[in-house]
Amino acid sequence: MVNVKVEFLGGLDVIFEKQRTYKLNVPSKDDSEVTVGSLIDYIVENMIKNPRDKDVFIENDTIRPGILTLINDTDWELEGEKDYVLEDGDILSFTSTLHGG
Amino acid sequence: MSFTPPSDPKKPKNVKISQLCELCHARKALIKRPKNLQKICKLCFFHVFETEIHNTILSNKLFQFGERVAVGASGGKDSTVLAYLLKLLNERHNYGIQIVLLSIDEGIVGYRDDSLATVKRNKEQYDLPLEIVSYRELYDWTMDEIVACAGVRNSCTYCGVFRRQALDRGAAKLGIKHVVTGHNADDMAETVLMNILRGDVARLEKSTSIMTQSSGSPIKRSKPFKYAYQKEIVLYAHYKKLDYFSTECTYAPEAFRGTARELMKNLEAVRPSCIIDIIYSGENLRLRPKKTKKAPPKSHMEVRSDGSISLPLQGFLDGNRCDRCGYLSSNKICKACMLLEGLQQNRAKLSIDKDVSAHGAAKLTRTLENLTF
Repeated sequence: MVNVKVEFLGGLDVIFEKQRTYKLNVPSKDDSEVTVGSLIDYIVENMIKNPRDKDVFIENDTIRPGILTLINDTDWELEGEKDYVLEDGDILSFTSTLHGG
Repeated sequence: MSFTPPSDPKKPKNVKISQLCELCHARKALIKRPKNLQKICKLCFFHVFETEIHNTILSNKLFQFGERVAVGASGGKDSTVLAYLLKLLNERHNYGIQIVLLSIDEGIVGYRDDSLATVKRNKEQYDLPLEIVSYRELYDWTMDEIVACAGVRNSCTYCGVFRRQALDRGAAKLGIKHVVTGHNADDMAETVLMNILRGDVARLEKSTSIMTQSSGSPIKRSKPFKYAYQKEIVLYAHYKKLDYFSTECTYAPEAFRGTARELMKNLEAVRPSCIIDIIYSGENLRLRPKKTKKAPPKSHMEVRSDGSISLPLQGFLDGNRCDRCGYLSSNKICKACMLLEGLQQNRAKLSIDKDVSAHGAAKLTRTLENLTF
């Protein structure tokens, strides 16, 4: 179990009932550590209400290109992407860059 | 609607040496620059990003001292960062320019009214004057009415043609001769790809220039973000907590640009430098000059399939003006006037349709009722 804050920015909130910020308790499977990968699975399974919106968020089993993923304001590429192990109080933000400017 | 900035994360506890910024070697690297894969910290990123834009402005001599400049401001990420940065750089490097925000109100309820609210907040936040020009006052149509009349499929055609003119007219109204827009490197590369995919040879060569001006037009346009990655612009806005609007336009579901954009994003995921590479290719494409056709008689005018009429050869000038509205046009009548004419015809049809609902005797009574002496 880990407590994190998740933010959906840049218009992504439309697929999360127009709410930008969520505080989540992400359950861990058999007491192991919770990774960003399992957080993404959790979001897709529990938080996207309309199944058609999944493609907006996920592509080929990872975050869709064009969505900027930050772990505590650090590009997730520098943190090991899906393998990053979450800690209590971490902030994850997903920002869409695909809308018009 | 108000603005909620993104949350601040807690301070990192232990930073490994391998995680340090490659420029200052003092703080934790937060981003990997798509241009060169360099890992840098937030402060170095601000410095590098701002300096690069400054260098683009200097090396292309975009501004002249004392010039008044209109920023095409939509409230979106690019134009918001552009307005913020221009103001900052203008003060830091003393360009001596006066900046005005220029917004176009297309009349799209639930989209443009919200984004204009953002621009109005930007006006206060950056202390810049703001001018809003609407389609309603320029063309007597709002985009909502146009879509109701012509359908969603063509909405971007109308909107694009009208907006281009509207920006120029807004600038002319303010007596400004220079409009800057927030087009970024991703947009540029996308345009190059799109023109190649469409085989649009005429646009291909011009599409990558940082500053454009038709010889007959008093208004020039430039794109200081031509080499700035969309990702970095979004990151800059995120770290600086800039207030921008980020909803996709109601009428822009599957425009052709969408497909090219997807292709670009997938290419970028494989090799981030590809965006700059595509722009570079676009800049260096040289097309073989067209073979000159057999000259038609001098007064020859051609009616093309879309109904536009070419200019008589003799009278061709770069600064030709539309017969109706006087705006620059490469045809006798400009594209906006042609679109407006089509719309006008449809509007007339609609009002007649209403009358048809009552026919025969009922219609006669209704007509008599409306008669006055």
